[in-house]
Amino acid sequence: MSVFEGFRFRHVHSPIHHLDPRVKFLYVLVVFGIAIAFLEVFPLVLLFLIQIPFVLLARVQREWIRSLKGALFLAILIFAVNLAFGYFGGTSPSSMFLWEYPLAMSLRFLVLVESFSIFFLTTSPDHLSLALEQSHVPYEFCFAFTTAIRFVPVLAEEAQTIMDAQKARGLELERGNFIKRVKNYVPILIPLIVSAIRRSLELAEAMESRAWGATQKRTNLYVLRLKSADYTLIIASLGMLVCSIYLRLYVAVPSLTMLLT
Amino acid sequence: MIEVKGVCFAYPTGVEALKEVSLEIRDGDFVAIMGSNGAGKTTLVKHFNGLLKPASGEVFVDGVSTRSVSTASLAREVGFVFQNPDHQLFCETVEEEVAYALKNFGFEEGIVKSRVTWALNLLGLTQYRQTSPFMLSGGERKRLALASVLAWDPQVVVLDEPTIGQDYEQKEKLRQFIVQLNAQGKTVVVVTHDVEFVADCGPRIVLMAEGKIVADGDAKEILTNKELTFKASIVPPQMTQIFVGLADFGLPTDVINVHEARRILLGFLKEEEKP
Repeated sequence: MSVFEGFRFRHVHSPIHHLDPRVKFLYVLVVFGIAIAFLEVFPLVLLFLIQIPFVLLARVQREWIRSLKGALFLAILIFAVNLAFGYFGGTSPSSMFLWEYPLAMSLRFLVLVESFSIFFLTTSPDHLSLALEQSHVPYEFCFAFTTAIRFVPVLAEEAQTIMDAQKARGLELERGNFIKRVKNYVPILIPLIVSAIRRSLELAEAMESRAWGATQKRTNLYVLRLKSADYTLIIASLGMLVCSIYLRLYVAVPSLTMLLT
Repeated sequence: MIEVKGVCFAYPTGVEALKEVSLEIRDGDFVAIMGSNGAGKTTLVKHFNGLLKPASGEVFVDGVSTRSVSTASLAREVGFVFQNPDHQLFCETVEEEVAYALKNFGFEEGIVKSRVTWALNLLGLTQYRQTSPFMLSGGERKRLALASVLAWDPQVVVLDEPTIGQDYEQKEKLRQFIVQLNAQGKTVVVVTHDVEFVADCGPRIVLMAEGKIVADGDAKEILTNKELTFKASIVPPQMTQIFVGLADFGLPTDVINVHEARRILLGFLKEEEKP
């Protein structure tokens, strides 16, 4: 469950935490776009490294490492699946491309996890809701979205308890072949889904009992305003995007295959 | 026998839940683990079936270190009934739910059937055999969770907060059931906040506070000790409070349950009636 810890907001006073959530989200989208645009290892490694100063500035390195550790298994799986498809799909085993493509796909995944992890680690659900509301998203959607985020760690904790309860009844998650292992998760998933539905119904009732939706037009105590640091990040993000588009379209980005052959 | 030797445990969040805990639970013991929220009660019992492994120290179940075996194999000896039954129910019928662990442990089909019948009968759930577990009431789901553990007949039964969400009648039935279970030779460990329930059962009490065992002894001795109960943030049973208030009449102050109180009061009244 450590991967969820890497997406849980940590209250720290840092320049990154004080950035406007909308601007941080723009940055995440830019990183997302660049990661999708490149299939070469070098720009993806660069993109991965560029984000490390953000993590250090936000002082969330421990949680960030946890999220990466949690994502590592999936990254390895992505690598293995792509390698297998490349190999059996006819790519020559002596070709560097056979290795570069799976590596790039895994790196792309890690970059995405990294950027989303930074965003969620440094953005409180309240600020996120505020950002969505100020972007004219209907309040019901904002609330549903932020509540879902807020409940991720709760569900992760519950999943752990359910796993314990089933292990105590003799369930061995790691036993059997691949199909059996997938089936082993049914006793975890059903109670988790039932519990989540029960929780959501209880939450809805509790909220309606406390006059949810009584006022048509809501006002907020705080209003998000862009500051100079936010403008700097907007310019930097757009700059990164423009440079990447230029590089993609007009410059031959060196690949491992080109360098090693 | 369960032996806990100098166990320390901390959660990844950094919370030190157990600090140098040592405890011995002999075969056939009836132990209630009590203490305030966050005292480390559930953390301690989760070490009994290897769900948690000690950071330092050792836990032995029948002489085997919990570090060296999986939870699944320890579960055969130590049955654990979780606080919230909804954390384990997932099958389509009550019958399948009880059979689930038996199949995990590799019991033969004929034995599975007879054990399921036996466990459902024991907990009064036979009429719900083909019902979905999700259609049962809270109390029935709790009994189902207990049935699904008792079905494989573990030597040790650990119950985490068994009385939560139970009405008085169910609680009394549960108490009688647990006492009977213990009388049949099972080792019973109950984690609870329910002082009245413990006072009625009269087990050995292990009192915990801030990750340490602060007292271990007879129910009467511990529940009537003002200092200890205060330390573990529990309130003495109502009967003890009443008899402490009646101390001026020469009545004993170490009374913990209704049966004992009735006996003493009847004796007292008879004495008073004498000319």
